[in-house]
Amino acid sequence: MIEVHNISKSFDGKQILFDISATFEKGKNNMIIGASGTGKSVLLKCIVGLIKPEEGRVDFDKRDFTRANKELQTQIRREMGMLFQGGALFDSSTVEQNVMFPLDVLTKMPYEEKLERVNFCLERVGLENVNKKMPSEISGGMKKRVGIARAIVNQPNYLFCDEPNSGLDPQTSIRIDNLINDITKEYNITTVVVSHDMNSVIEMGDNIIFIHEGQKKWDGSKDDIAESDVQELNDFVFASKMMKVMKNR
Amino acid sequence: MKSLGKFIIFVGQLFVRRESFRTYIKLIFDECVKVGYNSVFIVAIVSAFIGAVTTVQTAYNLISPLIADPIIALVVRDMTLLELAPTITAIVYAGKVGSNLAGELGTMRITEQIDALEVMGINATSYLVLPKIIGSVIMFPLLVILAAFISIYGGYLTAMFTGVISGTDYILGIQMDFIPFQVTFALIKAVTYGFLVASISSYKGFFTVGGALEVGKSSTGAVTSSCIAILVADFLLAYLLAPLLTL
Repeated sequence: MIEVHNISKSFDGKQILFDISATFEKGKNNMIIGASGTGKSVLLKCIVGLIKPEEGRVDFDKRDFTRANKELQTQIRREMGMLFQGGALFDSSTVEQNVMFPLDVLTKMPYEEKLERVNFCLERVGLENVNKKMPSEISGGMKKRVGIARAIVNQPNYLFCDEPNSGLDPQTSIRIDNLINDITKEYNITTVVVSHDMNSVIEMGDNIIFIHEGQKKWDGSKDDIAESDVQELNDFVFASKMMKVMKNR
Repeated sequence: MKSLGKFIIFVGQLFVRRESFRTYIKLIFDECVKVGYNSVFIVAIVSAFIGAVTTVQTAYNLISPLIADPIIALVVRDMTLLELAPTITAIVYAGKVGSNLAGELGTMRITEQIDALEVMGINATSYLVLPKIIGSVIMFPLLVILAAFISIYGGYLTAMFTGVISGTDYILGIQMDFIPFQVTFALIKAVTYGFLVASISSYKGFFTVGGALEVGKSSTGAVTSSCIAILVADFLLAYLLAPLLTL
């Protein structure tokens, strides 16, 4: 479980996040949603420690990550896996080397065991026979899947996904969503997904927080979202004609 | 001053939370190939021509019955060892390797590859930059030795083919009044420049913010800052170490 307590952050005097608190539960798809530029990614980066918040703290299973010493921070980070918006695959390494990377650096596994684990993870995300391909030789959706394979190769307790569907066609988006959903349930990990894709929210949002202009305006599940009377959330969720039609039904 | 402070903190971070020694071995070897072996061609070309030009120009500037021909070779040797081999090679090295390092790290930064390392619990500064600096500090002195050899040999070939001085006088000149500390001096400069180019360029690339345009700016900034640092270090080392040549 991840608990976010009163996180605030500003850049160059401009406040981006205002006193945000949330709880992300284990075995659930926790989603942070909101329009572009509302601070979702900043919040995610505060949670994983890439940005230090000015106020507040983040607890990973009751361990204070924000104020922990470097050793504890490193230990907690080694329990994390993260899928970045663009995949963040290492350009000069093959798919296999990318997925094997955390095992190479963080473990003393023999090569055969590492290869077996890599092949298992690649198979798990539906990618076979791409081990020797370079990131530049595979599609955007495949890059995301390799990113997921790399994120889960070290059997993390926490999985973070920053805009996993951005730039993907609807079918590939659904495939990625299903994959994240399945992995979360199968390995019983705490997953936090940042998204503004309403299909994803409706498909997989077990626990959702809605951010608007740096403030948490609403939290609940995908089943509660249509019933909300928060105006900003309704404007965001039912912005498209299709969503309006669905609501009216 | 703020940038200097940030740079010092950056260098300090190279030595904390390091990964295991075996992790660095392959990375250092790769960097040695990238920064050293891949720079041999350009260093060889530049050095050969510098040796040739220095010989011809010195010969034409020392036309006097009072100056013996071997003095020309002595001047070429001293200029090469004390200044041209380490400093000019460092400028070329900054242009080739410095821009490459800054571009590589800048691209890794904007495509979130550095963030990915940090999230895995890896000290990205140490993992990415330390092997580059060690590789540079190992390989640049070797490049300087190569540059000095090719430059002096280039001068010899030029002397032979143009006839500005005879080969025998050239050989005599490069052996005349030789001070072995000149080689040590050149190597001290080489180690310093190797460190400066790799660390400054890595710093510029590592803190790139923005997109492709900023990566280009980081590369340019890396070369400019490295060249300035080389010239300042050249002056300081000359000021501090030149008196030792006369001992």
